[in-house]
Order: sequence, then C-alpha cells, then structure tokens
Amino acid sequence: MHALLGICGSIAIAFVILITVFLVMSGVPAIKEIGIINFLFGTKWASTAVEPSYGILPFILTSVFGTAGAIILGVPLGILCAVFVTKIADKRIGAIVSGAVDIMSGIPSVVYGLVGMIVIVPAVRSLFGLPDGANLFSAILVLAVMILPSVISVSETALRAVPREYEEGSLALGATKTETIFKVTIPSAKSGILASVVLGVGRAVGEAMAVMMVSGNVPNMPGIFRSVRFLTTAVASEMSYSSGLQRQALFSVALVLFVFIMLINIILNIAVKKENRS
Amino acid sequence: MKDDNISLLRKIKGAVLKCVVWLSAAAICFLLAGMIFFILVRGIPHITLDFMTQKPSLLNNTVGILPNILNTLYIILMTLVVAMPLGVGSAIYLQEYAKNQKAVRLIELAAETLSGIPSIIYGLVGMLIFVQFCSLGTSLIAGALTLVIMTLPTIIRTTQESLKTVPDSYREGSLGLGSGKWHMIRTVVLPSATDGIVSGCILAIGRIVGESAALLFTAGMANEMLSLKEAVSPGGAGSTLTVSMYMYAKERGDFDTAFAIAAILLILTLIINSTAKFTAKLLKKGTEK
Repeated sequence: MHALLGICGSIAIAFVILITVFLVMSGVPAIKEIGIINFLFGTKWASTAVEPSYGILPFILTSVFGTAGAIILGVPLGILCAVFVTKIADKRIGAIVSGAVDIMSGIPSVVYGLVGMIVIVPAVRSLFGLPDGANLFSAILVLAVMILPSVISVSETALRAVPREYEEGSLALGATKTETIFKVTIPSAKSGILASVVLGVGRAVGEAMAVMMVSGNVPNMPGIFRSVRFLTTAVASEMSYSSGLQRQALFSVALVLFVFIMLINIILNIAVKKENRS
Repeated sequence: MKDDNISLLRKIKGAVLKCVVWLSAAAICFLLAGMIFFILVRGIPHITLDFMTQKPSLLNNTVGILPNILNTLYIILMTLVVAMPLGVGSAIYLQEYAKNQKAVRLIELAAETLSGIPSIIYGLVGMLIFVQFCSLGTSLIAGALTLVIMTLPTIIRTTQESLKTVPDSYREGSLGLGSGKWHMIRTVVLPSATDGIVSGCILAIGRIVGESAALLFTAGMANEMLSLKEAVSPGGAGSTLTVSMYMYAKERGDFDTAFAIAAILLILTLIINSTAKFTAKLLKKGTEK
C-alpha cells in the first residue's frame, strides 16, 4: 500500500515533467528552424502567406501590455475592495461582498467573454468613435475584471494576517482609523499584496477564451485601439487548421507562454516564502 | 470630542479615502449584479423544454443542448473517477506516510506549479499526449484525462487540509487497538475527512463545468448525441456546455443560444458555489466537535 500511495504522491511531479518534456520537444524544432532571434523579435506574423513569416514579438508585447493594463486597472480596485471587506465593513456586509467575489471567481471565462463581446466591445466602439471595438482596450477591461477575485482573496488573507498590535499602536498614537489602514496595515501586508499582484499577472497572461472573444484576434503590433492577438489566443486561434511548420511554430508560441508562466510561478513562490518568514 | 484635535485636512483626507474604499467595493458588487442580471434577462427567455431535451437539427433549424449537457456530465464523471483516487491517494501519502520533508515540499511545489499553468497549455499538451501520442483521437476521454491533470492540485489540497484536521488521538487510538497503518487510515482517518474530499470534488466539478480552452482541442466541438459507451471509447468527440457556448457565440454568431447556455452555466455556478460553501461549513462544524 505504501508503494502504491507513493506512486500517487509523486504523480504531480510526473505530470509537471511530462508537460515540460512534451512542450519542449514539440516547441524547439520550429524555433531552431526559424532562428530564435527571428522568432522572438520578428515583428511580422504571417503564417499562411506564400512566404510565411513567424515573428511573435507582436504577441509577446500584446500579452505584456494587456497584462500591465489589467493590473493597473484591476489591482487598486481589488486591494481597496479587500480593505473594505477586512477592515471597514461590518461583518454582515463584508460577508456579502466576499460572497460576491467568490461567485465572480466561479463564473466561466467564456461567460466573461460573451458579456465583453455584447456589452464592452460596442460600448468601446461608440465611446471612442472607432470602426471596431474589438481591441486591446476591451481586452484590458475584461481582464481587469477577471483578475479581481484572485487579487481580492489573496490580499484579504494578507490584510487579515497583520498583527492587531500594529494597528492598536497606531491608533494609540493618535492616527485615525483610515490613516492606520493606509499607513500601517497596508504597508505591513506588502508582501502578501505583492503575491496577489503576481497571481493576477499569472491569471491575465494565461487567459485565452475571454480575450479571444474581445481582442479582435489580428496579429498587429499592440496599440491601445488596435485589434491584437495575445500569446494565448495565437495558440488557440490557428491550431484547428494549422499544419507543418505553422503548427510547430504554434507549439513554440506555447513554449514561450509556458516559460513566462514558470517565471511568474517562481516569483510568486519567492514572494510567498518572504511572507511566511516575516 | 477627540475629533476636535484632528485638523480639517486630515479629516477630509480620511473621508475621501473611506469614500473611495466604499465606492470600489460597491463598484465590484454592482458589476457582478449587473452581469448576472444581464445574462439572466437575455438568456432565460430562450430556455425551453425543447431546447434542453433535443439535439440541434439543421433540417428543422432548431437548436438543442441535450448532447452538450450529457457531454458535460460524462466528462465530470470520467475526470472524477480517475482524479479522485489519484488525488486522495496523493494527499494520504503526503499527510500520513511521507517522512522526507524535502520530498513533501517538492510534491507540493509540483502541485502549485500545476495549478498555475493556464488552461490553454493544458489543452495543447492534452492534445499532444492523449489525442496524438496515446492515439485516443479527439474524444471525451482525451478531454477528461486532460482535466484530470488540471483538477488534481485542487483535490490534493482540499483532501490534505481535511486530513490535517483529523485529531492525532484518533490515529493513536486506532493503532493502540492493534490495527495496521492502512487499516487505520481506511477505517478511521478517511471517514473523518469525507467532507474535505467531497468539497474538493465540488470545486473540481466547478472547474470542469467552467473549462473551455483545455477542451477545445482535446474533446472537440461536435454536438452529436453519445451513449455512455461511446463516450468512454476513443474517438467519441463532443463539446461540453462551455465549449458549445463559445462556438455559438464566436463561430456562428447565435447570441440567443449563447446567452441561454450562459444563463444555465451561471445558475450551475451559483449552485456549485453554495454547495461548496455548505460543505465547508459542515467541515468546520466537524472539526469543532
């Protein structure tokens, strides 16, 4: 029994190795053929052209800008909401808001995409007088909403973990409650809040379906009101009809995405470790 | 009284900050309420009995989502049948057997890594491993196996949490009465940890119902009716509710159907969410005893 359970125990490790091996094995050949510089820094993606060109810089930059935008909009809102739930609201209202956040985290990403497609895309189009509302800006708005649940729940945990003595000390020295929250509690919860931001980055980088439905899905270099394609949507949108080098290049895009996610995971682990130590 | 000592500027600053905090919480609640209301209003009028109990027919120009409902159930079933024993076994190993702290840390790290990988990568790897390498073809079973890897971390974590809450005195009592280690786990530890295992399952079901990117290239996009036997055999492709909603909205522009499915998904999410909360409450009560 011990051995059998040992096998079960190590299966998570086996899966991580399996995923890594398969991604590297299928992603490396195309990078070799195209050349790593041309692949990573080429600005033109035309996989179905007569003379195909496989540069994924547009995807990388779109993912970076899209994620940054979602973080800039979503993180302050999320942190403030976490402050509300943990420090300002009375228990009942706090529980209602917490419950709402839980529900948000359970809603499937395609549903966010659908609402984005029907509400946000036309709104962006008419608000800014654009020919098409499916662009980076709409994707940023949808992503900002989608990262909220992770940011809020991790920030909540971090804020709750701040020792009461810190706050009591600040209050005793004459600071008001709000001053205490913003000058003592939030700075003390810094590393936990940072972890929530990194988690939000991971969510935003990895989101595919919702972004696919609102970003326009054209391999342009990113611009705020341009139709764009993310790393995730690049993989998803061409996979069903791809073949040959094009298909292999898509695996390479997935490999690049995987490397990004792994880096984010490592940063997250370091942030969490720091939190545990302090 | 004590407020008199605080300057006007500080008072204003405090009030403004407090206002901003209230506003952001209100904004989030308003956003969610608006979204739920919008989806239900657009979706519910299109949910009819025929819609729920028929398959789509091009001849009669009708849409029905029964195949998708069945596919979702098949995938949930197949995924849990494989993931449950693996996940629970893994948690038992971590909590009861493993002596080497480094190995435990490594396994936990691997589980964390798995839960951080985006679902589109799971979809791709699932396609490479199960559809092509294991030559299962685009099929429900390939999709389910992909979701096994995805849901494993959730099941391991919740089971481990609830194993931690089983008091050591139970274990000592059982061992003291002469039972073997596995017998002790099977008859004493596991029954006391059932609630945690169940809530892990519910969370996993929630994830499976909401998943789309990982299933698009593994389980396929077909809307055909499958029997249970066809569903578990290689080559039986079919789309779940979420995938079919994506197809209706993005590929066919049939937003009425898409909103109807979205409304169903939303209601399912609410049910799963409250069931998970309910079992979590039971779990808490169990540990207080």
